[in-house]
Formats: sequence, C-alpha cells, structure tokens
Amino acid sequence: MTDQATRLKVKDLSGVSVVEFSDRKILDELCIHEIQEELSAFIDSKSSGKILLSFKNVDHLSSAALGMLITLKKKIEEKKGALKLSDINPQIFEVFKITRLNKLFDIHPSQEKARASF
Amino acid sequence: MNVGRQQGASESESRPLNTFKEITVDNDLTEAKRPEEAILRDLSAHGYDENTTFAIKLALEEAMTNAFRHGNQCDPDKRITVRYSVTDDRIEIQVCDEGEGFCPGDVPDPTEPGYIDRPHGRGIMLMRAYLDEVEFCSKGCSVRLVKFRKQTP
Repeated sequence: MTDQATRLKVKDLSGVSVVEFSDRKILDELCIHEIQEELSAFIDSKSSGKILLSFKNVDHLSSAALGMLITLKKKIEEKKGALKLSDINPQIFEVFKITRLNKLFDIHPSQEKARASF
Repeated sequence: MNVGRQQGASESESRPLNTFKEITVDNDLTEAKRPEEAILRDLSAHGYDENTTFAIKLALEEAMTNAFRHGNQCDPDKRITVRYSVTDDRIEIQVCDEGEGFCPGDVPDPTEPGYIDRPHGRGIMLMRAYLDEVEFCSKGCSVRLVKFRKQTP
C-alpha cells in the first residue's frame, strides 16, 4: 500500500505489519504531528497488533519523534499488540541510548530479525 | 538576558557579540528552520564532520522547539532570535525567546522511572549530551550552546 499523499509504506509479512517511511525523512517537530496522525490511524485500522516500524529511511530525528513513538507504543499495547523498531542507524541509535529509550523499545538491527522475534 | 562573558572556565569565554551573525524569525516551526540552514551552511564551509553536524542539528532543533513551544507558548506574534558564530575551533549559538523564562532545574530527569515513558521532556538532556556547553541565562529565556571542534590525535 503506497498512496501519493501518505508518508508511510506498509506491507504485511506473515501477519506482521512492516511500516517504512516513504521517503528520506527527518522526524522533527515540523512533520511529526502529521506522521503521528497517520500512524495512529493505521494502528486503529489494524486487527492484528504486530507492528514493525523500520527506520530505514530516517536520516535524522528530534525528541519529538521519541515522544511520538512512546505515545504509539502505548496505543498499540492498549490494543494488546506489540511494536518493534528496526534499521536504526548508529547515530540515531545513540539518541535512544542517551535517553535510555533503547530499554523501553524492542529494537532490532534488521526487519528480518525483528519479524522473527514476534 | 545574559549574553556577556561567562565567569569561570577560560576555554568557554563567550566571544564579543559583534563577531556573531543574527537571525530573528517569527515564532513558527517552518520559519525556525532558517537559522538552522544558515548555521549548517557555515558548518560545511568550515569543514565540520558529520557527527558535529548531527549534534548541532539535533541540539538546535531542541532549543528552537523549546523556544517556540515553551518560551513563546506557540504565540505567532512572538519571535525567536538566534545569534551564532562558527569558526575553525568552535560553534557558538544563542537562542532567545520572548517568554517569561523558566528554571532548568525544575525539569525532571527524563530517564527516571516515573518519567521515562512520558512523551516530552528530553530536549535539554539531549542538548547537554551532544554539546560541550549548555548555559541558560538567569531568567531562562535564552540558552547558549557551544561545541568545540574535536582535535584529532
């Protein structure tokens, strides 16, 4: 599913919804609200709660993105689902480590490893 | 707002203001990108590496967001002033809002168990982690950010 107006690309692989950003992204305060709305609507539409968010196309982020992820994680878990993250580059992973959010989120080096862990 | 020389550590004396460039923008998230773009151009011109660029981009984004949202309370009639100096040995940026100020000491540690799952409150922590100096004026409506060029061994 790729829509010109969407910022997300979603594919279903063995019951896991793999979500990527549709172009190279800077996840900052300016764009995070719309991305969060789109992700939130997607979560609402899902009956299966296995969601993998790939950071493959993410070049940069700010703390606004971290806040979005926390909010989405809570939303998914309220629906008895699970959120995993993958493909986070070393610079961005460092942001997760500094904020200790690498302990809060289930992060994997690749989509394959993440999907296998559901 | 204290933009004068800092007491104490000799390596962190602020340069005279007439060596700084200044950009004032409306309190708007799109407008807030203009100082970032100008500073990143200067970083590139001075050959700063990708890690430094990432650090400055992140810290400045956090400072501008705080100025926009907390300092200026999202008020479109307010402004943010950014003064910056990029030289061969360091980057110095001051971000000033038109708000009432705050006490940085009142911001809780976002890594503490009661706060780690809150969506906000990590901006200052990230600024301090990625920069060599982060100093708020006594009122709290401006912040001075400094990053020194890392010397290669």
